[in-house]
Amino acid sequence: MIAMTVNGTSHTVDVEEGMPLLWVLRDVLNFTGTKYGCGVGACGACTVLIDGAATRSCSFPAALAAGKAVTTIEGLASGDTLHKVQQAWIDMQAPQCGFCQSGQIMAAVALLQEKPQPTDAEIDAAMTNICRCGAYAQIRAAIHSAAKA
Amino acid sequence: MGKITRRLMIFGGVAVAGGGLVAGYALLPYETIDRARKIGGKDGESMLAAWVRIAPDNTVTVIVPHSEMGQGVHTSLPMMLAEELDADWALVRMEQAPADMAFANTGLARGYLRGDTSIPGWLSGAADFGFRKIAESMNLQLTGGSTSIRFTGVDGMRRTGAAARAMLIKAAAAKWGVGEDAIEAKQSRLTHRASGRSSTYGELASAAGAYDPPTDIRLKAKKDYTIVGTPIKRFDIPAKVNGSAKYGIDVRVPNMSFASIAASPVFGGTLKSVDAAPAMAMRGVKKVVKLANAVAVVADNTWRAKEALAALKPEWNEGAKAALTSQSIFASMEAALDKGGLVEDHASGDVDASLKSAKRVVEASYRVPFLAHATMEVMNCTAHFEGDRLTIWGGFQNGLGAKAAAAAWAGIPIDNITLNHTVMGGGFGRRGNTVDYLEKAIAVARQVEGPVQVTWTREEDMTQDYYRHASVARMKAGLDDNGKVVAWLHTFTDKYDPPEAVFVNYDFANRAARYAEHANPIPWGPWRSVDHTQQGFFIESFMDELAHAASKDPYEFRRSHLSNAPRHKAVLELAASMAGWGTAAPSGRARGIAMREAFGTIVAQVAEVSLAAGGLPRVHRVWSAVDPGEVINPATFTAQIQGGAIYGLTAALYGEITIDKGRVVQQNFPDYEMVRMADAPEHEVRFIESGARTGGAGEPGTAPIAPAVANALFALTGKRMRALPLKNATARVTTNERVKPNAQKL
Repeated sequence: MIAMTVNGTSHTVDVEEGMPLLWVLRDVLNFTGTKYGCGVGACGACTVLIDGAATRSCSFPAALAAGKAVTTIEGLASGDTLHKVQQAWIDMQAPQCGFCQSGQIMAAVALLQEKPQPTDAEIDAAMTNICRCGAYAQIRAAIHSAAKA
Repeated sequence: MGKITRRLMIFGGVAVAGGGLVAGYALLPYETIDRARKIGGKDGESMLAAWVRIAPDNTVTVIVPHSEMGQGVHTSLPMMLAEELDADWALVRMEQAPADMAFANTGLARGYLRGDTSIPGWLSGAADFGFRKIAESMNLQLTGGSTSIRFTGVDGMRRTGAAARAMLIKAAAAKWGVGEDAIEAKQSRLTHRASGRSSTYGELASAAGAYDPPTDIRLKAKKDYTIVGTPIKRFDIPAKVNGSAKYGIDVRVPNMSFASIAASPVFGGTLKSVDAAPAMAMRGVKKVVKLANAVAVVADNTWRAKEALAALKPEWNEGAKAALTSQSIFASMEAALDKGGLVEDHASGDVDASLKSAKRVVEASYRVPFLAHATMEVMNCTAHFEGDRLTIWGGFQNGLGAKAAAAAWAGIPIDNITLNHTVMGGGFGRRGNTVDYLEKAIAVARQVEGPVQVTWTREEDMTQDYYRHASVARMKAGLDDNGKVVAWLHTFTDKYDPPEAVFVNYDFANRAARYAEHANPIPWGPWRSVDHTQQGFFIESFMDELAHAASKDPYEFRRSHLSNAPRHKAVLELAASMAGWGTAAPSGRARGIAMREAFGTIVAQVAEVSLAAGGLPRVHRVWSAVDPGEVINPATFTAQIQGGAIYGLTAALYGEITIDKGRVVQQNFPDYEMVRMADAPEHEVRFIESGARTGGAGEPGTAPIAPAVANALFALTGKRMRALPLKNATARVTTNERVKPNAQKL
């Protein structure tokens, strides 16, 4: 049994210790907004926040999440009020297919927590998630927009 | 023009034979409109034409028979309809059409019937589309080939919107006993100008729905547009920023199981045997399913299925392709070109004679590798048999085609199938007519109680794709004293689609394109912009070589060969002026230029490139000039051109699927690298709305970037890049530099 907090709610899951957090979220707890992309931590589609730090959940064993606070894309908004990064993503029309965007948004949230006014170079360094649609220009613009919000 | 190919001639014959259908499908398929009304209509709402529904509360729901994969079509198509309807955009909603014949892609079919040369030939999944029947073409709900706006939009949405508007005006005129001319339709409201009487569309929708759609449709003039041409925000985006958008992989239904699957790693291989015991002993595993060419494990979650599958040691009958390697494939391509007896694609003038008499002859060979689609969302599909009924959930670029294929695979009537469209995590051609993920899900579901979701691992997705084909080209051209091209001979291996991808718009008096068939032994699928990806690289790289041979500036050289192509010339000139062509590039950088017309849209791109540490090219800036005839939504179009260029840049820099022992070597993103944020250039896009027939948005941005970057590298280094990906050409330099310090350490 592993106990963790997801989006502010406590959950106890009966899963193997080595089961990646990604699949606990998606297939056990039904938070399907976090995506499977590669399973090897290479693409970032599965990025969530663990105690505030951007983490690739596909390569993060569930046991290590015990006692931690996990935030997924579903837990970012406060009620009906979107997180400023989500709003910026709409304002800049960032998503195309959208599949990578949960991970992109979580990575951007973590970046802005650390660097509230990131430079382009800091965005390049922090935002290593793959977007196969190539919406990088809109994602960059959205991060700058969120930084101003 | 040499634009009509052998295949198109056959195709044209079919079109003539089917000419009688054209009138029948002039506006909507009348024989299916009642069915569409029944399916698409909801209580209290009026179905005015097959693609629009107006409710008493005045909301307008546009039913879109295309799939959204990020290209914005779920918004752009309603924009086109709402414009002609004179609807209030704030009241417009979108709904994706069910996979039903009533919502077949009639606009596409009409373009098909009239023999439009830029319709993709992979529509029915057959490489040789010459024998396709008109009836099959009607079984289409296809999203691909940049056709949504060009056919459904131009032929369907606009006319449907205008028809619905005319029906509403008719209803208002009848109600108020006045002439139709006296009524104004604006912002979802009808007004009798003289008396000031007025009703909303919603109030008159039921009465309007009683009329048949008119056949004489008048469309608006562009100058009167208030919706089309503006950067309206997409409908699909809010759900994509809060995790609520449901992709195929997110389908959750009661009592479902989750499966992971592995097909024969060798193309064409079959399953010989597998011991199910190691998987069955693992937690959560329900079943090991054996298929003819694959094995799947069904479990209570995807990860357990995946882990249990990895514990299996299936044996395969590897079949005839077990010895294939990339080297053997390229060698057979070279041999096919050496052998001669090539198929003539098109020719004008006498290229062989003019090559002999030319002042100077230039030759160069190029090659490009196989490529995988690598959509962000891996292939997956959920299927559920209940007796002889089948329910499917998944992402399909051609829902109706998928449903027809499912009926054949399941051996049940098409009406016994319910197909639920989900959002797609990328398509790029993969989810069009190569729906083997559907076939496999059906085969697994056959052997499972309850619904089962079959999700491929990334490794399975990458090694079981339908690949952009590798190709070899040998280019030969003759130049005269003035540096003009007098002969152009383009030979290459394998032609798929679209037919005109081989065509060059430069005014060469003597030209021919010839190709060797059947050189590709690997499963083929359309890949964003299809043959343009290879042909664009061959043609535009060679043009650059010719410019250099003629001692001309690459831009001026192209421009001087466009005297008969004013649209292309204007696009090229705009790109050059945007990039400041002719001015010095910043220190350490150089610029390259390329141009391609694809799917009715002309794109010229300039890339500004430097060599990064390690020798890989770094693309700093790109300028694109684009003439698509008209722009429906400039924001989504810009994003498509930019994204298309990123897709092409990934291929140019990194993209390479290699074959060894009949199987794909690359497994996942670490060995099939992608352009990421730090690699992504600043990219300025500008449009020329020439008013020519509307072109596509999704694909035209992809092809020019590889030659533009390769040409820039030549300008920078003097080294010609004749093979993709560029990492291979530059890796040698890198490796040599790296070997020395390592050797010292040892």
